[in-house]
Amino acid sequence: MTESKATVSRRTFVTGSLAGLAVASATGALYGCTPAADDDLAATGEGAETAPDTVAWSQCVVNCGGACALQWHIRDGKIAYAETDNVGDPNGLQARACLRGRSLRRWINSPDRLQHPMKRVGKRGEGKFEQISWDEAYQIIADKLKSVIDTYGNEAVYMNYGSGVSSSTSRLFPRLANLMGGYLKSYNDYSTNMMCAGMPFLYGDACSPYDNVSASSISEAQNADLIIMFGNSPAETRMGGANIAWDFAQVREKGGKIYHVDYRMNETASGHPDEWLPIRTGTDAALVSAIAHELIVNNQVNKEFLDTYCVGFDEATMPESARGQHKSYQDYIMGTGYDMVEKTPEWAAPITQIPAARIRELASEIANAKALFVAQGWGPQRHSNGENTSRAICMLPILTGMIGKPGTNTGMREAEAGGLVGSIPAGKNPVEVAINCYQWLNAVDHGATMTAARDGVRGANALSSGIKFIWNYGGNCITNQHSDINLVHDILQDESKLEFLVVVDTVMTDSAKYADILLPDAMRAEQFHMANNGYAEYYLGVLVGEKAQDAPGEALPEYEFMTGIADKLGLKDAFTEGKTQEQWIEELYRQSADAIEGMPTWEEILEQHHFKMEAPAAIGFADFVADPTANPLETPSGKIEIYSERLDQMIAELELAEGDNIFPIPVFDPGFNGYGSVNEEFPLYCSGFHHKSRTHSSYGGVEELKQVARQQMWINPLDAEARSIENGDKCRVKSAVGELEIEALVTPRIIPGTIGIPQGSWHEADMDGDRVDKGACINTITPYHPSPLAKGNGVHSLIVQVTKA
Amino acid sequence: MTQYGFYFDSTRCTGCRTCEMACKDYNDLPATYAFRRVYDYEGGDWTDNGDGTFTPATFAYHVSAACNHCAAPACVANCPQGALDKDPDTGLVLHDDEKCIGCATCVNSCPYEVPVVDTELMKSRKCDGCSARLAEDKQPICVEACPLRALEFGDIDELRAAHPEAVDGIAPLAAPDATTPSVAILACPAAKEPGDTTGTIANPKEVANA
Repeated sequence: MTESKATVSRRTFVTGSLAGLAVASATGALYGCTPAADDDLAATGEGAETAPDTVAWSQCVVNCGGACALQWHIRDGKIAYAETDNVGDPNGLQARACLRGRSLRRWINSPDRLQHPMKRVGKRGEGKFEQISWDEAYQIIADKLKSVIDTYGNEAVYMNYGSGVSSSTSRLFPRLANLMGGYLKSYNDYSTNMMCAGMPFLYGDACSPYDNVSASSISEAQNADLIIMFGNSPAETRMGGANIAWDFAQVREKGGKIYHVDYRMNETASGHPDEWLPIRTGTDAALVSAIAHELIVNNQVNKEFLDTYCVGFDEATMPESARGQHKSYQDYIMGTGYDMVEKTPEWAAPITQIPAARIRELASEIANAKALFVAQGWGPQRHSNGENTSRAICMLPILTGMIGKPGTNTGMREAEAGGLVGSIPAGKNPVEVAINCYQWLNAVDHGATMTAARDGVRGANALSSGIKFIWNYGGNCITNQHSDINLVHDILQDESKLEFLVVVDTVMTDSAKYADILLPDAMRAEQFHMANNGYAEYYLGVLVGEKAQDAPGEALPEYEFMTGIADKLGLKDAFTEGKTQEQWIEELYRQSADAIEGMPTWEEILEQHHFKMEAPAAIGFADFVADPTANPLETPSGKIEIYSERLDQMIAELELAEGDNIFPIPVFDPGFNGYGSVNEEFPLYCSGFHHKSRTHSSYGGVEELKQVARQQMWINPLDAEARSIENGDKCRVKSAVGELEIEALVTPRIIPGTIGIPQGSWHEADMDGDRVDKGACINTITPYHPSPLAKGNGVHSLIVQVTKA
Repeated sequence: MTQYGFYFDSTRCTGCRTCEMACKDYNDLPATYAFRRVYDYEGGDWTDNGDGTFTPATFAYHVSAACNHCAAPACVANCPQGALDKDPDTGLVLHDDEKCIGCATCVNSCPYEVPVVDTELMKSRKCDGCSARLAEDKQPICVEACPLRALEFGDIDELRAAHPEAVDGIAPLAAPDATTPSVAILACPAAKEPGDTTGTIANPKEVANA
């Protein structure tokens, strides 16, 4: 830790460079800008001095995709306030924390922090615990882990999805479990589940939402004259000062025309209302299909690109197995194949709620763009039809050949640059079997009957066991961030199904209430730590942070208590390799610093703490477009497969639920709870969205954030008026599976017929009573209906009724 | 006399409230009030085209506002205790806690509703332009906080010269003629003039100082 120049001593204050401010010092002592010094000054009067601040560098490590820097100002051993990254050019690369990072000390120093290991004493989910010793916790966990593996095998052990901590030394359970023969693996994640399943069929197996090969860096949009964002609002999802919100502001200032296709006038479009193209949630593929229709009938598709780089636009490039069957994309659009409906703007208008004339205008703008940058956020794919929608959005750059060239993008979300340092290795998992991360609840309930064809089991035709042991670290996907919380509650009540749940967290989340053993984690500010730049931030960086204060009570760094459990299992040496957490961090850092030119030495990073370097700009699929023979995509044909023969074959082998569909081409299919599903009982569509007050459910307990960015349901004045709802009214929102209570924000910023609820708010219901969620967690009302292909969380497809409470 | 003030770029502001929370963190303010607040201002309506489609004519934007350190501050003029005064060198409106009796005259005088009476301390409180940080050659904490680089602070004449398109106020802020606020605002395409009646503050509970 370094002593800050920002001392608050009175001497510095009055001898500062602005002499006139001495007036302020005389009066500001009681309530001035120097919080922790106030009491001292007030107590000792004029001329008193306080100890100077010390400053410790740290990071916000939740899962927004950023990793903003914090400089903790510490007084009397306690964090007093934060500064953020103020190093370098203010208009350049500064990882400035958003409102959440600026509220992190309220979380760290919250009286609600978990302080002791605890054992459940009530019914599971009741939230009743008794304090136990760390030693007892280690022994119980070690014994249970061994007995589950002995009784059911390693496939019965599972690490639940969770993303609340991104750090080089976090999420260590896989390392321990792999030393014991492994655990049931999971694939995909709650962010990009449907996209991860669908996109490989279009763009190849290497296609990932997390690289800078499949997509262009956001800076490339500065070279575009038309930028279309589908459900992509960096001002709400990627808010930090080195993140896409700032990058996008610079894109706008370059002057290209921008459209936000979104059911809300999101915060990225706020201030610029002409950028908003409102669309009914879940119908992006219908808009795309109608635009495709216009491009086709007006001879505006880039036929040369389609013939050279793609398979299946029209009959000319269809694979042998599908020739002469009217299965091309053009057949779908022109009504000569599939549903035999011509996808005119008039067809799309009532589906999307966008007037046909407006669709034609947009098609014309797209056809005339010199450089088109299309990027989709992860909301459009988080629908029951997400596997189709994510591919469909990519059809705009494909049809126009706007891929691989300056100012273009592939239709994926803007690129990610990676990071500089690695993590403590997890080792190799000997278990090959995997489920979709969203399928854990089914695997608890009836795992032994789950199959590859019906449930998406990978690595085997079926699971050998249900899940009996779950490790849940720094995540809230047991209830809050999963779906159908009421169903989860009921299934977890049966202890013959899930036998043991360990939750590790810093506060009592809703998921933590279901723990059999609950362990209190130290936060990054309470230990030596290291992490990369955020995955969504387009630069390369690392921050080596210090311990700013002691953890409360008996809370421990994860590395320490995992070592304690390993010790009980006789695996301590194998787990630690004889190293402390500090030594791991040093080793991991040195490995990177030795390999990457320009990184500071270990000794230097201990002085400067934060290192940042520019990442080279990227154009998605530039190599493929430059030379498709030398750089083929990882599809069977090596080309963009608008029609995927491979997917067509796979569909034949799947056992789909009634009403669930997947198509070998990117079509508009409404999907479960999608367009057309509303009825008298549930007449409104409802979608979740990311809200500034939280990252998922992280920060959800911070009162200061709840006040300044309230948990509110967005509802159009037309829908509110019909229900006599006024701005600020308390309302009930009901779906087929649950009910919640929430304040209304009556706003023209949302399309009629659809309401929006910020995701991540903390569930708060009497589970033995009416189960009405007063915390307004959207997953109280999202049904558990895994999507057709991914078996993922298409939870933005939702129908509800709203009433005034 | 130098007059310090803020520049606010509403074309960049995304309403994120980072400025507000950085200020609250630094000043250790409770959930119930703030020295800098972010207004969500919006309006307009929708036309039902009768064919299943709709056409919007809506607008929304944000205004981040702290003390404007006015050239003719009503709070200073009206304070019965003389507890508020303009610093002769910086023009910042500063508050003397010793003299303040928490009578809320400043709260009621200020057209921007900036001062707030802390009912526990029974003193009014407000933004002092981070005088303590200025004394250390630092920027106000909100300015350094903004992820969108939408805030600047300094000699208001210099800020106005650097941003010649900036105006003295946009809705829902009060018209500038009463107190001559030391603020320069770059209006976004959605922005309305002070006194506008076509929109409303959409987040009254979030900006209420209690």
